[in-house]
Amino acid sequence: MSFLRKVRAIIGKDITAELHTKEMVSAMLVFSALAMLIFSFALDLRGAMAEAAAPGVLWSTIAFAGTLGLSRSMAREEQSGCIDGLLLAPTDRTAIFIGKATGNLVFMTVVEIALLPLFSVLFDVALIRPRILVVLLLGTVGYAAVGTLLAAIAVNTRAREVMLPVLLLPLAIPVLIGAVQATVGLLDGADWGQLGGWIQLLVVYDLVILAVSLLTFEYVVES
Amino acid sequence: MIDETTTRKPTQDLTGLLLAGASSAFVIIAVGMVFLYAPRELTMGNVQRIFYFHVASAWVGFFGFFITFLSGIVYLMTGRRSWDIVGLSSVEVGLTFIVMTVVTGALWAKPAWGTYWTWEPRLTVSSVQLLIYVAYGMLRASIESPEREARFAAVYGIVAFVTVPLSWFAIRWWRTIHPDILTGGEGMAVTPRMIQTLIVSIVAFTTLYATLLRQRIRLERARDALTRLKLRLERGPLSGGSFT
Repeated sequence: MSFLRKVRAIIGKDITAELHTKEMVSAMLVFSALAMLIFSFALDLRGAMAEAAAPGVLWSTIAFAGTLGLSRSMAREEQSGCIDGLLLAPTDRTAIFIGKATGNLVFMTVVEIALLPLFSVLFDVALIRPRILVVLLLGTVGYAAVGTLLAAIAVNTRAREVMLPVLLLPLAIPVLIGAVQATVGLLDGADWGQLGGWIQLLVVYDLVILAVSLLTFEYVVES
Repeated sequence: MIDETTTRKPTQDLTGLLLAGASSAFVIIAVGMVFLYAPRELTMGNVQRIFYFHVASAWVGFFGFFITFLSGIVYLMTGRRSWDIVGLSSVEVGLTFIVMTVVTGALWAKPAWGTYWTWEPRLTVSSVQLLIYVAYGMLRASIESPEREARFAAVYGIVAFVTVPLSWFAIRWWRTIHPDILTGGEGMAVTPRMIQTLIVSIVAFTTLYATLLRQRIRLERARDALTRLKLRLERGPLSGGSFT
């Protein structure tokens, strides 16, 4: 099987499993809605305040909801013994990583697509714009990549689900700052050129993280 | 196979003794220079003298991280426990210095800017590093198999290290885009004496780091040796099958 077909098979398996159980996406969605609610109570978000806080609240919600989905995705592999099967199969480790990371990217994107209209209505900001979608995608790629790598680590620790946010969030700070600032800029009506730095930061983060994850993933799943 | 450095008594560890001597001497010189040689800063006064130790410990905090990153790479390539020990020791020693950075930063900020915490970019990056160091420690503590612990820690050390420069850029741009009045007037009148004092402080802290790192490595090796001896003792004559 070619590399791409293996990757596609792994993504397909994750999507099929998710379509049967719907546990990841639904948990992330409900959690995001709750997080949004809690943020608006805690910060008393109305009017101009809501608009100013929207990008930050959006990305905090994505980051926290993301840790739920990422740890669930890896825990499922462990519990079902599927990861052992994947490792025994004549597959490159990088194919497993790309497959898992893309699967996670797909699930996070589905959640984000559902969140955007909700955010736009509740916070009265126009978030559904092509450029904001690009920022969202750039941020999510990096987050899903580093998250997949660290979830594979966290699932093999005693603390499991507790471990992932502790490991992941300090490393996701560049993504969070970059994505929030780019979204703020776009909402303020800045054009692409003025955001150059933040977009570059997100792209560089994605590339660096992808490279490091591809190089190190085989040491994480080695049994 | 018991390591040579482990079995030697502390007094026989010549390199260790030399390092301890050098770091003591440098630290004494640095303290002297900070209080007697460096001039009193014009706007901030004597408070500014914390700067020399603050910057030196920030440097060592970052340098310790770099050493963990390097030893992580070498560990993954060679699989040798000694590199894992270097990585974990460097994190523990680095953590001490980064805590010192954040604490001295806050202590300096209070009289200089009127508040303990200003989200000043470099201080913010140091606190992010502090959290990463803590996460690294928690990760190690949460894994049973020593071999897996070493492997995961090496990977985490590498991934975490590459994000630090990106965090640095992110936080810096973020703060320059929203100019902060508090950190805006940071201009310090730097004189050659100040630079000299800073360099000596950095040398002092770096040798202190090396001294502590060496002792921490020795401690870990001694622990390994003890574990091996205990195992041998447990297997002992009864289970070892040496009845005759």
